[in-house]
Amino acid sequence: MVSEYPIHVEDLTVAYHDEPVLWDVDLQVPEGTLMAIVGPNGAGKSTLIKTILGLMEPAAGQVLIYGQGYAQQRQQVAYVPQRGSVDWDFPTSALDVVMMGCYGRLGWFRRPAGRERAAARAALERVGMQDFAARQISQLSGGQQQRVFLARALVQDARIYMMDEPFQGVDALTEKAIVSVLQDLRAQGRTVVVVHHDLDSVPQYFDRVLLLNVRAVAAGPVAEVFTPENIRITYGAKVKLALKNGNGH
Amino acid sequence: MTPFQVEIQVIMALVAAACALPGVFLVLRRMALMSDAISHSVLFGIVIAFFIVREASSPLLILGAAASGVLTVWLVETLLRTGRVKEDAAMGLVFPLLFSIGVILIALYAENVHLDIDTVLLGEVALAPLNRFTLLGINLPLGVWMMSGILFINLALLLLFYKELKLSTFDTELAAALGFSPALLHYALMTVVSVTTVGAFDHVGPVLVVALMIAPPAAAYLLTETLWKMLALSVAIGVVAAISGYWLANTLDTNIAGAAATMTGVFFLLALLFAPQRGLLAKALQRRRRRQRFAVEMLLVHLHSHEGTAGEATENCLAHLTGELKWQPAFAQAAVKWAQQQGLIAEQTQPLALTDSGRTAAQQVLNR
Repeated sequence: MVSEYPIHVEDLTVAYHDEPVLWDVDLQVPEGTLMAIVGPNGAGKSTLIKTILGLMEPAAGQVLIYGQGYAQQRQQVAYVPQRGSVDWDFPTSALDVVMMGCYGRLGWFRRPAGRERAAARAALERVGMQDFAARQISQLSGGQQQRVFLARALVQDARIYMMDEPFQGVDALTEKAIVSVLQDLRAQGRTVVVVHHDLDSVPQYFDRVLLLNVRAVAAGPVAEVFTPENIRITYGAKVKLALKNGNGH
Repeated sequence: MTPFQVEIQVIMALVAAACALPGVFLVLRRMALMSDAISHSVLFGIVIAFFIVREASSPLLILGAAASGVLTVWLVETLLRTGRVKEDAAMGLVFPLLFSIGVILIALYAENVHLDIDTVLLGEVALAPLNRFTLLGINLPLGVWMMSGILFINLALLLLFYKELKLSTFDTELAAALGFSPALLHYALMTVVSVTTVGAFDHVGPVLVVALMIAPPAAAYLLTETLWKMLALSVAIGVVAAISGYWLANTLDTNIAGAAATMTGVFFLLALLFAPQRGLLAKALQRRRRRQRFAVEMLLVHLHSHEGTAGEATENCLAHLTGELKWQPAFAQAAVKWAQQQGLIAEQTQPLALTDSGRTAAQQVLNR
C-alpha cells in the first residue's frame, strides 16, 4: 500500500551509542496541517525531525515523504534548524542566507542569479525583514535571525516545512509574526511540523500535536489528544501538578 | 633585483595565494589547527611514498603526503566519534604520532638519502630557483610550476563549489538536507589543504605554510563581512606579507620563511588593532562614545527633573553632580563640557541650565 501522507513514519527506532532515542514511533501527518511536536528535554523531538530529513540513520523502521524516500523528495521539504546550530559570525548578509534556500533547487555547480535574489527579497518581506537584507547576520537580534531562517525556508517553496524550535529565545512580536506565516502556509495547503516548547500555546497555534517521549505517547487533533492525562504520561508527574494549579487543558 | 630574487618572490606569492584560499575555510570552520596537524603528519606519507618509489624528487611523494593528510583528518574524526576526546586533543594526539613515525623511519632507513629533517622542518625558499624544470620550452623553477598548478586547482575548485562550500561551512545540516554531501566537501577541502601544504612546505617549510593558511584569513575576517571579499583580502594580505617578509629577510640577512611568517603575524596584529569595525581601537572608540552619550543623557535628565523646582539652585550645580550621579569631579566636568559642546546646556555654569534643544533631548530620552 502506498501512503499518500506528506509524512508517514513507521515503526521508527533511532539509537545513539546503542541507547534508544526514539522507540517504535508511528506517525502520519495529513496534508494542510500545522502540527506541534512536544515533549520533555531528551524526548527525541529534534532526532525525529532529523531522521525524517535523512540527517540521521534509523536503526529500524522507515520514513516516507509522499510515499517515497526522503532522498527522492528533497525538493518537497524545507527545513529550519535550531538557530543555535550555526555560527552567526559567518561573513555573510541576511539576503545571502535566505538565498541559500534556493541552493537545493539549483543543484550542484549552478549559481544563484537574479531570480533567486528576487525570491529571497520577497521572502524577507514576508517575514518583515526587507529593511535588513544587506545587514551582516551577526548584527541581527535573535528574533531577526530566526525570521531570516524562516525566510530561507520560504524560498524553498516546499510542500512540507520542518522547524526545530523556531520560537526559542524570540520576543513576543517575532513569535506572532512567525505564527502568522505558519498559518498562511497551512491555509495554502502546506504541511508544517514544529518542535515546540510552550505547552500553553499549543491549542492556540496548532491543530495537531504529537506528544513524544522516546515513544509516541499520542498523536492527532489537539482537541482529542492534548489531554491532561496524555501530558502527564509524556512529562511525568511534575507537570501534572503544574497543570492542575494552572490551566487544565 | 636579480632574476633569482624575482623568482623567489614569485614562488612565495604563489604559495601565499594558494594557502589563503583553503585557509579561509579552515578559519571559518574553526579548524585552524588542522593545517598545523596536516603540515606535520604529511611527513609520514612522504616517507612511505619514498619507500615505494625509492626516489626523493618523485612527484608521487606529494600523493603520499596528500594521502597522509587525509589519513590525519580521518584519524582525528574517528577519535572524535568515540566521544572520549575533544577536537583539539584529537589533533594533538594524531599528528605528533604520524610525524614521529616519519622521523623514526627516516632515521632508521633513509639516513643517507636527501630526506634530511632540517629541510623537512624549515624548507629553504632561497634555494628554490636552483631546482628547475622545463615545460613547453619555458624554463622556470620547479616551485613556480608546482605552486601555479596547486593555485590553479584551488581556484578552480573554489569557483566550481563556491556555493556548496559556503553552505556546508555555514549550515552543515541544511547542506545535508538539501542533498549536498557535507562529508564529501569536507574531505575534498582537506585533500586540497593537504596537497597545498605539501606543495608549499617543500619550498617554505611548515611553519610558514601554517602562518599563510591562518593569519591572512584571520586578518581578513576582521576586515570584511562578505565571504568572497574575505577570500580576496586573504590572498592580498598573504601575498603582501610574503613579499615584505622576503625583503625583511633580505635586509636583516636572515631566514626568509621565518621573516615572512613574522610578517603574517604583523599584518594580523595590524588588522586586530585597526580594523574599521571589529578592531580593538574601533571597539574602544565605540565604548567611549557610548559612555559619553550615556553621561550626557544622565546629566540632561537630572537637570530636566530639577528644572524650575525649589531645589534647582543646589541640585543643578556642578558640585552636586558628583554625589547625585556618583561621578568623579573630573568626569562631571567633562560631561558638562560634552553637553555644552553639543549645545545642550548653556555656557554659564551656576546653576547649570538646559538650552531648548537640551530640554527636547531630555524629553526624548525620557520617552524612549
